[in-house]
Amino acid sequence: MTTEEAPVTLADAPVRRLNMIEAINDALDIMLAHDPDVVVLGEDVGFFGGVFRATAGLQKKHGKNRVFDTPISECGIIGVAVGMGAYGLRPVPEIQFADYIYPGLDQLVSEAARLRYRSAGEFIAPMTVRSPFGGGIFGGQTHSQSPEALFTHVSGIKTVIPATPHDAKGLLIAAIEDNDPVIFFEPKRIYNGPFTGYYDVPVEPWSKHADSAVPEGYYKIPLGKARSVRSGEALTVLAYGTMVHVAERVMHDKGIDADILDLRTLVPLDIEAIEASVRKTGRVLIVHEATRTSGFGAELAALIQERCFYHLEAPIERVTGFDTPYPHSLEWAYFPGPVRIGEAVDRLMKA
Amino acid sequence: MGSSDIPRSDIPRANRPPLSFHVPEPSFRPGDTVEYASLNIPAAGLQPRPDEGCDAHDTHPLCLDLIRVLGDDHRAVGPWDPRLEADTLRRMLRTMALTRAFDERMYRGQRQGKTSFYMKCTGEEATSIAAGMALAGDDMVFPSYRQQGILIARGYPLVEMINQIYSNRADKLKGRQLPIMYSSRDHSFFTISGNLATQLPQATGFAMASAIKGDSRIAAAWVGEGSTAEGDFHSALTFAAVYNAPVIFNVVNNQWAISSFSGFAGSERTTFAARAIGYGIAGLRVDGNDALAVYAAEKWAADRARANMGPTLIEHFTYRAEGHSTSDDPSQYRSAAEGKEWPLGDPINRLKLHLIALGEWSEEQQAEMDRGLAEEVKAATKEAEKNGILGHGLHHPFATMFEDVFEELPWHLKEQSEQAIRERAIKWPEPAAKGPAA
Repeated sequence: MTTEEAPVTLADAPVRRLNMIEAINDALDIMLAHDPDVVVLGEDVGFFGGVFRATAGLQKKHGKNRVFDTPISECGIIGVAVGMGAYGLRPVPEIQFADYIYPGLDQLVSEAARLRYRSAGEFIAPMTVRSPFGGGIFGGQTHSQSPEALFTHVSGIKTVIPATPHDAKGLLIAAIEDNDPVIFFEPKRIYNGPFTGYYDVPVEPWSKHADSAVPEGYYKIPLGKARSVRSGEALTVLAYGTMVHVAERVMHDKGIDADILDLRTLVPLDIEAIEASVRKTGRVLIVHEATRTSGFGAELAALIQERCFYHLEAPIERVTGFDTPYPHSLEWAYFPGPVRIGEAVDRLMKA
Repeated sequence: MGSSDIPRSDIPRANRPPLSFHVPEPSFRPGDTVEYASLNIPAAGLQPRPDEGCDAHDTHPLCLDLIRVLGDDHRAVGPWDPRLEADTLRRMLRTMALTRAFDERMYRGQRQGKTSFYMKCTGEEATSIAAGMALAGDDMVFPSYRQQGILIARGYPLVEMINQIYSNRADKLKGRQLPIMYSSRDHSFFTISGNLATQLPQATGFAMASAIKGDSRIAAAWVGEGSTAEGDFHSALTFAAVYNAPVIFNVVNNQWAISSFSGFAGSERTTFAARAIGYGIAGLRVDGNDALAVYAAEKWAADRARANMGPTLIEHFTYRAEGHSTSDDPSQYRSAAEGKEWPLGDPINRLKLHLIALGEWSEEQQAEMDRGLAEEVKAATKEAEKNGILGHGLHHPFATMFEDVFEELPWHLKEQSEQAIRERAIKWPEPAAKGPAA
């Protein structure tokens, strides 16, 4: 079993160095060209090209029937996407910040997520809701949240979180082609460069990172498959989004021979990859930026103890954000950075 | 491709014309020259002023009109002239100018790295200050993010505002909130949310509570025209109509919601004031750059609410002269000429010219006042900077991060608080040099 997709056909594809925004833009561009049923909608996504520039140039290239601005109504944005899906389109709505998704929850949770089930497959909601999430940009409590666990808790929604430009493109294409509703959370802290948790050093651009090599053209990374960031024997690290890079750096700095999995898709989860890694190492560190209580880490810990209990050699460690709103000025006190991760690693290795 | 799985027909129905999709487009984009001939701006003084106790329907023609008091000759005319004393007009002018000076300085401070974010209200000062002055000091205001003028009008100290903007150790909100998300219960100024339009049903609820208790206070909310698209707007107006709540909804139509022009909130069809018609509540549409008209409309609505005649929706027709925030670059999506040639002028300039026309003010006094206000803001900034700026973080003890999540700290937050304090000792080993101890 492998956790790394084998893009055989991509091996010879020309490669460009893209940051995550450019990779997302590229995926949208390709899908708009590839499938006449794809439409992109959201606040400021049209003429302006999005407040983070993820949709820059797309309206000009593909026209206003395919890429258009919306009223400021998350309920409306997601609700009309449900209706467009019922017609047969493949809408890709953007919610400007994950923190603003809540007015759209009824349309997502009660409608999009259950359309297939309640109509026995007559109607589906093949939408991909893109939304920047996570902190680290001094956005305060309304531009920093990581609400992924709210969505993983809902039956019928897939939740995808890329950690590199390469994956962002391939996963977004797969999400758009998926016939189920997908929440596609983009870690905005790493839009322009991988963040290692050291907030006081200059940001390194993606161009210096291997995973900014993005093949040109169409490719997809299957949903439900984790990525092996690093193979190791000492402990398993389960992370996604920004925290993949933070955890990787901490393991490197501490000289830990870690087996690091970037989950990439939370639902459906790559349980095989997780089980294989835990059986190998016997020690598990789960890292997420979201609040701790009922966070996705709790689900991971429960699954591992159910399935790998007799392979565990230490209690599972969860490193998370604190159970408070994301504070503005104490952002770096809140963020689950190298010290919090390091302490957990020490406990795991001593046990 | 999955699309083929989805059952539908792509064959056009015979004999039926193809439908076409409409996406609004603003009149002007970057580089365009602008012309406002199509903008219907009636002369000042022509709009009738029904009695505050009138049937809501009697206001509905005003929803499609534009209440204006200050004429081209800078004189106040017509039934909406609030006939304010010269001292009140000077106070209004001073507060508006102070707010603009404050915005200028805070914007520069953000650019200098003293904080993370700022939002100016340039060009919209009347919609908060003149409106706020028409309310009683204890009427609860539920602001959006561009109503700093109300706080200033109510005498909130500039130093406190800057402390909040800097998230420094004197910030009464403990560095938790994004800059400009003020809160001051003492000034009947509700805590600002970063989420849009949420304050509208809350204002209705406050007003309902005041009525339940037989109190005399009313509530007033502000929201941008773009955010009227949120469902909260509908809920707020429905509840206000059903319970005849003593609440005023101020829709600040500044034409732009970040890059989206007002057409994306429905302005191609009708006015925002006309939303009142559907709910059967009173509605007024006012020249938002005419401080006297704004004052008069707000006073009318406040008196009406206090007389148990229920809610009023006021559209303030104005223009966002600057970007949405320090994170925005409006030159990317709108014509620079649009603001420069805005046919309703600038609210401060218009009030100044009115006072001069009355013989109660002069250009020299204005210049002297502006110099004084710049000094006042500068002094407040220096005072606040003694308490630190955002860039020098860690102004607040880490334990404060866990306070106020609940009234009392549960076990898990106690544990996490201890964790944060332990991390501080490792990450920032010399807390005394940078701020209070953990």
